[in-house]
Amino acid sequence: MRAVRLSVVTAATTVAALAAVTGCSSKSDSKSADGAIQVTASDDACKLSKTEFAAGHVQFSIENKGSKITEVYLLFPDDRIVAERENIGPGTKQNLTAEVKAGSYEVACKPGMKGSGIRQKVTVTGGGQTPKRDPKLDAAVAAYRTYVQQQADDTLPKLKTFTDAIAAGDVEGAKNAYAPSRIGWERTEPVAESFGDIDPKTDVREDGLEKGQTWTGWHRLEKALWKDGKIGDEEKKLGVQLSTDIADWQKRVGTAEITPTSMANGAKELLDEVARNKITGEEERYSHTDLVDFKANVEGAQKAYELLKPVAAKNDPALATELDKQFAAIEAQLDKYRADKNSYDFTSYDKVGESDRKQLSDGVNALGEPLSKLAAAVAK
Amino acid sequence: MSDTTDAGVGTTTDAAGGTTSSAPSRRSLLGWGGAGLALGAAAAGGAVAAVRGDGGDAVPAADTGAAVPFYGAHQAGIATAVQDRLHFAAFDVTTKDRGELVKLLKDWTAAAARMTAGQTVGEGAYGGLAEAPPDDTGEALGLKPSRLTLTIGFGPSLFAKGRFGLEGKRPEALVDIEKFPHDNLDPARSDGDLCVQACADDPQVAVHAIRNLARIAMGRAAVRWSQLGFGKTSSTTPEAQTPRNMMGFKDGTRNVSGTDAAALDKHVWVGDKDGSPWLTGGSYLVARRIRMHIEAWDRTGLQEQEDVFGRDKGEGAPVGKAKERDEPFLKAMKPDAHVRLAHPDSNSGATILRRGYSFTDGTDGLGRLDAGLFFLAYQRDVRKGFLPVQRNLARNDALNEYIQHVSSAIFAVPPGVRDKDDWWGRALFS
Repeated sequence: MRAVRLSVVTAATTVAALAAVTGCSSKSDSKSADGAIQVTASDDACKLSKTEFAAGHVQFSIENKGSKITEVYLLFPDDRIVAERENIGPGTKQNLTAEVKAGSYEVACKPGMKGSGIRQKVTVTGGGQTPKRDPKLDAAVAAYRTYVQQQADDTLPKLKTFTDAIAAGDVEGAKNAYAPSRIGWERTEPVAESFGDIDPKTDVREDGLEKGQTWTGWHRLEKALWKDGKIGDEEKKLGVQLSTDIADWQKRVGTAEITPTSMANGAKELLDEVARNKITGEEERYSHTDLVDFKANVEGAQKAYELLKPVAAKNDPALATELDKQFAAIEAQLDKYRADKNSYDFTSYDKVGESDRKQLSDGVNALGEPLSKLAAAVAK
Repeated sequence: MSDTTDAGVGTTTDAAGGTTSSAPSRRSLLGWGGAGLALGAAAAGGAVAAVRGDGGDAVPAADTGAAVPFYGAHQAGIATAVQDRLHFAAFDVTTKDRGELVKLLKDWTAAAARMTAGQTVGEGAYGGLAEAPPDDTGEALGLKPSRLTLTIGFGPSLFAKGRFGLEGKRPEALVDIEKFPHDNLDPARSDGDLCVQACADDPQVAVHAIRNLARIAMGRAAVRWSQLGFGKTSSTTPEAQTPRNMMGFKDGTRNVSGTDAAALDKHVWVGDKDGSPWLTGGSYLVARRIRMHIEAWDRTGLQEQEDVFGRDKGEGAPVGKAKERDEPFLKAMKPDAHVRLAHPDSNSGATILRRGYSFTDGTDGLGRLDAGLFFLAYQRDVRKGFLPVQRNLARNDALNEYIQHVSSAIFAVPPGVRDKDDWWGRALFS
C-alpha cells in the first residue's frame, strides 16, 4: 500500500514531500514551512494559505485567532466529511491531515462549533480524478446530510424525556416518551445503522441478540415497561447507557458516507424495514407502537426521495409520478390510524386487524417496488 | 407408460430433442381448437405422456422440458395435459383506475408470453444497471420451460358496480357460489378479483411465474391468497397412468380428455351463444381447497375406504368390475359412494374437467398433516357443472366424514391470447 501511495506523490510533487508521507505526525514541524496549508480561523473568517494543492497526503496547520472554540472540516462537495478537527481553543494551534484525491472540496471553519461554518472552496489537482457529479445531486446529498444531523439533534431532548422518566422510575411517563424518542432514529435508520457498533446497542430486539451479547437499548426498556411494568436499577443503568450511545450517534452521524445512490437505497431500505418488522408487529412487540416507526420510516424515505426528485424526475418521469402517487397513498392509509394528522399518536398495532394489516402491507409493496428503482434513476 | 407409445410415435418426429423447438408444444395446442385437431389426432394427449427423442426411447413429456405455446384460441392450462406442479394465486385489484387495470393485464400478458417460452421477464435477471434490481427474479435461470402454462381468470368481484364499469358484462353463469352443508370457508383464502393458475413440471418454474407476476402487479393488484400443489390428482390424458390423490385412490379416471374436442366443446368451452360474447372460447373455473382428515382416513379399514369411493384401491376398478376403465355400474356401489354421487349419470349429465392438485402445507398446530386436494374444475357453465354435482356430494357423500372444504372461489376464464397484439381480457375491456 505504501509503495503505491509514494509513487503517486512523487509523480505529483517534489521529493521533499516524501517526508510528509512517510511520517505524517512526527515530521509535521519540519515540513510545515513548505508543505502544510495554513488555516487561520477567527470568529468571522477562515483563511487558507492556498486554495489549490496537489493530491495525496495533505496537512493543514490550523491556528484559531478568534475568541470562540472552533472546528475545521475538509468536506466533499456533498458535505461528507473527509477529515475534521474539533475543539480548537482560542489562541491554540492544531494539525489536521488527510489523504485526498484530486477534485473539488471545501474547508469549513465553525467558530462556536455551530452551523454550517465559514466555507472556502479548494481544488486538489493531479492523481485520479473523482468523477464529476451533477451539482443537483451534490445539493441533494448535502441537504440530506443536514436532515440526518437535524434528526439526530432533535432526538436528544426527546430521548432525555424518556430516560429522565426511566431514571425517576416513572413507568407511565417513560411509556409516553418511548415512541417519540425513536422517531428521529427511525427516519434515518439506514444511516444510523451504517455505524455498525451503535445499532446493536440501541435498537436490537431480543431475538436479534448474538450468543453472549447483553441486551441493551430501547427494546430492552420497552419490554421492561410494557411486559414487566416496572423500572429497576438495571433499567435505570440501561437508560443512562442509551443516552450515551445516542449521544455518540448524534456526534458521529455527520461523518456517515452518503451518496445519491445510498440515499435512494436507504429510502428503499426504510420500506424494507417496514415490510419486515413493522407490518408484522415484530419491532414493537410489547409497546405496539409499530405505526409510529412505520410513519417515521416512510417520512425518512420520502425526505430522501424529495431531495433526489429533481434528478429522478428528469431521468425517469414515470417513476417520479408513480412515487408521488404511492407516497401519497401510504400517507393516506396511515392517516386512518391517527385522529390528529399532526400527532404521532397512532392506533396501537395490536388493535389493527389482519385485513387492515394486509392492506398496509399491499401499500408498502406498492411503494417499495417503484422505490427500488430510484437508485438507478439517479445513477443514470 | 406402455399405453402411450402409439400416440408418442405419431407426434414426435419433429419434436426430436426439441426442448426449445415449438414443435412438441404445438402438439399440446391440439386440444385448443378445431384446426389443430384436424392436423393431428391423438397427438396431443399422447405427446403429453411421451415424446420420443432421437434415440427412439419414449421420454415422458414432463422430462422434455418443452414449452407449451402461449397463443391460441383457448388459454393453455385447461385442456393441456396436466403438469406435475401447481402454484395458484388469487389477487385483489388495488387500483381503482380501469386504465391501470388494463395496463396490468397487458404487462402480465407480455410477461406470461415470455415466461411460458422459458424466457426471463423484462430485461432479465442480470447484466442490467448495477443500482437497479433486476426485472426478473432469476430463480428459473437455466431451467427448461417445463411446460409452464399461465391461465388467468376474472372473479365476480371484478364486475361489481362502481369499480371498473364491468357490471353489464358479468356472465350469468359467474354465480356467487352458495354455501354448501359442511363448508367451513376461510374468507381470507377464498374469492379474488383475478386468479392466475401456473402449472409446470418443475415447481420452481411455476413459483417463479407467480412471484414475478405478483411483483409486476404491485401497486395495481396484490396477492390475496395462493396455493401450492405438489402432485396432480387428475389428468386430461386418459391413456396415461391415472394419478392418485392423498387418500391413495386413483383420481380422475373418467376425466374429460384434453384431446376430445367434442367433449371439450360440450362441457368445457363457453360457446358463442352462451350469453357472454367476450367469454366465447373461455371457461369457468371453480377452485376449492379441500382439507383431508388424513389421520382419521388412515385409520379407516380398507373395505370402508373402498366403499367410500366405490372403487378398489389397487386397480381403481369400479365396484364389481375388474379394470379401472371398465364402465362403472353405479347401482352396485353404496348409495353414498363418492364415485356414484359424482358421476354424470347421477347429476343429469353434469360433466366437469378436473385439474386439481394434492397439497401438503406442512402440519397444523395439532401436529396433523395440513393436506388435501386443491380442487380445480373447468366447465362451460357452473350451473350445469360444479353446482349440481357439489349439491349432491355435500348432502350425501360418504367422503364428507374425511374431508372439509375450507376455501372457495369462482372465476370466468377468458379465451386465449391470439397473438402478440392481443392481451388477457381484451374482449372484456373493449
